[in-house]
Amino acid sequence: MNEAAPREIYGKTLVSLGRQNPDIVVLDADLSPSTMTHYFAREFPQRFFDCGLAEQNMMGIAAGLAASGKIPFASTFAVFASCRCFDQVRICLSQTKLNVKIVATHGGISVGEDGTSHQAIEDLALYCALPGFTVIVPADAVETAAAVKVAAATYGPFYIRLGRPKIPIIYPESYPFTIGKAVTMRRGKDVTIIATGIMVAKALEASNSLAKQGIECRVVNMSTIKPLDEEAIISAASETGAIVVAEEHLAQGGLGSRVAMTSSKERPVPMEFVNLGERYAVSGKSSELLQRYGLTDREIAKAVKKAIERK
Amino acid sequence: MLQANIFNYSLTDLEETARKLRRHVITMITAAGSGHPGGSLSAADIITALYFKVMRHNPKDPQWQDRDRFILSKGHAAPVLYAALAESGYFPVEELKTLRKLDSCLQGHTDRNLTPGVEMSAGSLGMGLSFAIGVALAARLDTKTYRTYVLLGDGECDEGQIWEAALSAAHFKLDNITAIIDRNGIQLTDWTRNVMNLEPLSQKWQAFGWHVIEIDGHDFRQILTALEEAMTIKTRPAVIIAHTTKGKGVSFMENKAAFHGKAPTPEEAERALKELE
Repeated sequence: MNEAAPREIYGKTLVSLGRQNPDIVVLDADLSPSTMTHYFAREFPQRFFDCGLAEQNMMGIAAGLAASGKIPFASTFAVFASCRCFDQVRICLSQTKLNVKIVATHGGISVGEDGTSHQAIEDLALYCALPGFTVIVPADAVETAAAVKVAAATYGPFYIRLGRPKIPIIYPESYPFTIGKAVTMRRGKDVTIIATGIMVAKALEASNSLAKQGIECRVVNMSTIKPLDEEAIISAASETGAIVVAEEHLAQGGLGSRVAMTSSKERPVPMEFVNLGERYAVSGKSSELLQRYGLTDREIAKAVKKAIERK
Repeated sequence: MLQANIFNYSLTDLEETARKLRRHVITMITAAGSGHPGGSLSAADIITALYFKVMRHNPKDPQWQDRDRFILSKGHAAPVLYAALAESGYFPVEELKTLRKLDSCLQGHTDRNLTPGVEMSAGSLGMGLSFAIGVALAARLDTKTYRTYVLLGDGECDEGQIWEAALSAAHFKLDNITAIIDRNGIQLTDWTRNVMNLEPLSQKWQAFGWHVIEIDGHDFRQILTALEEAMTIKTRPAVIIAHTTKGKGVSFMENKAAFHGKAPTPEEAERALKELE
């Protein structure tokens, strides 16, 4: 399977957006070679603002630019884009609903060796708590490009979380992304795996091995965490009778919590969760960490069996 | 297109208007039963000078693209800004008595989506200067000549974000920003020198790359001269440290930390309004 780093595609997509729309401006906090906004900086130096290591200030500047008609993309690592400047995001972006696009890279534990301080695993809970925000975790590079383009064309604050490593490409180039619309990646009647980000490819792997054991999984890519595709959850619950949610995030406040809230209200069914639980990780290779902390196709398969048993 | 302030008041008119704004502040906060009179009273002359003499703005068209922008970073001084906006004609003066009441467009702290003429929401301190930088950068990109004014509290300068913003405004060479510090010397609990010493404040801003002007923030001649001087500075931002008196104009509120965030009683309001006649 082909692989690509979503952040690489993000950087290149910004350049093409910048060519089409002079109102696109980009801000970064001294991480442009990592967030890949340096491509934009090279082509449009006048429209690129390196704010230095000052994320709170960066979010305020982005708000000011947006209030003046610009479409700012603000990038830094997901840990800093969420925890470092939450009050600024709350007041200046959520409460104002200004048109700022936060694209955070190096999300999750798959960032790897930099260790626990650099592993954003609370960011989805924080951003999903903010009224007005659209929160997206693309599943591959193709979906990243599409989501970034849609964000640029859609008024309002966005949080898009991307990872550091290269990940499998699961969509064809022609894939049309729609905000708030889950995509059924595989049909199945026994259980639904709802996954986001890097866990989508792993859910597909799990479903392939389960199919050999006679278990037919529906696999849904819930790339938009907010607003949530409630219809997709309700039909998963009523048609397959059990749900497994897989995400690279702590147990609380992310996709799992959100899916459970919808399901418990509309159509309660047995649910299992594959996530990081209630703990921080450590330094290590990306693949080692995913293995160690149970973000694998095997753990998803185990959760599927548990969910089916409880039906 | 407007080339100048539509009011262009004389010094006498400015002084009378500032008194009027102060009376509004007292009446509004008393009617609301809560609010922050001290910091509104200290900023009244600065805000009067901006809205009625200096800024190019059009109350009939609050979103006019070429308007000078005023950003209130010390959001608890919302009442004096509301008073200036009402007296300018952004909304009826009668609205002022709805301050802090359910369904009012006049929130306890500013909300840019609810009040005509309010450029930015505030209330969590330290954020306005960063926003102003974004507005000023947009002006540069669009080759517009509007100026961005931002009013900071002195206590607000405890916030780290102010200094992040101070660094970056100088780094971006934003000579289209004028920051004004309402240096009333008092924050919520006590004198700023006792809570968190800011001095030497002027040297700090100079060291961060700003052109610094120090004035008496209740003397209209000095306020106007300083605002003029700030406009002439090239390649760096300007900050006016306006030495003011917290609670200015009401003898029993002056220099009293207690009136940072406490509404006057109806009896106190009556005395205050008499002093402000």
